Amino acid sequence: MNKEKHFSRNEQYNVYVESKIPKTKDFPTLIWAFLVGGLICVIGQGISDILMLIVPTMGIEEANTWMLIILIFVASFLTGIGVYDRIGVFAGAGSIVPITGFSNSITSPAIEFKKEGIIFGLCVKMFSVAGPVIVSGLVISFVTGIIYLLF
Amino acid sequence: MDIFLTYLKVFCVGGFICMLGQILIIKTKMTSSRILVLFVCIGAVLEALGLYEPLIDFAKAGAIVPITGFGRSLAKGAIQGLKEMGLLGVFAGGLTATAAGITCAVISAFIFALIFNSKTKKY
Repeated sequence: MNKEKHFSRNEQYNVYVESKIPKTKDFPTLIWAFLVGGLICVIGQGISDILMLIVPTMGIEEANTWMLIILIFVASFLTGIGVYDRIGVFAGAGSIVPITGFSNSITSPAIEFKKEGIIFGLCVKMFSVAGPVIVSGLVISFVTGIIYLLF
Repeated sequence: MDIFLTYLKVFCVGGFICMLGQILIIKTKMTSSRILVLFVCIGAVLEALGLYEPLIDFAKAGAIVPITGFGRSLAKGAIQGLKEMGLLGVFAGGLTATAAGITCAVISAFIFALIFNSKTKKY
């Protein structure tokens, strides 16, 4: 009885919280995510094409790796000057899912926690988001390799 | 015209992958960290099944730049390492393929974190 009452109060509270949360409009963020994500990919393709024009000996894999390096570096810089987070406010996943979002997720906590010291702030917190990504990626790549080894 | 079509494909596929992420965020209220983990896993699994290479042939950077491309490199590296070095390659391959990206991300993060201070958020 008492528990039920408690539960319903919790639910009431949830409804109250729900009504107070600022509503993000779903549809515009979808469009922005599409546009920004697509634009970042187009910029990447442009960099890769220009690199292959400038250095004709460069293979496509090499050009793509350079392209990723340039994108990561630029995104890190944009995070540093505070521009990337402003894009992220309206673009949502459009700024998270491209490789630039990965770079942003490393740089942003590194800057945030610099106050706590270079080693225990910057260097430790740097991997608070990227750590899980790298770990899960490595695990799945290892499992893939083992499966290919067995079959 | 040919170039325009290529870039249109890049734009649409890249945008579509990002839109999938946004749909997940809206529907499940996932944090960005989980989205990244999920997409890396999806990319690696698709590569392991041999479905991601055709997508790259079709959309080029549109499939490489999203984080699924990172997962693809990890899986591809492990498979390639297996062919070249056997079991040792399975251990070494994944990181070898993505080493440039990770190192660049860490180094640029380190440099810019030393240079810039955190901004007070105004929005």
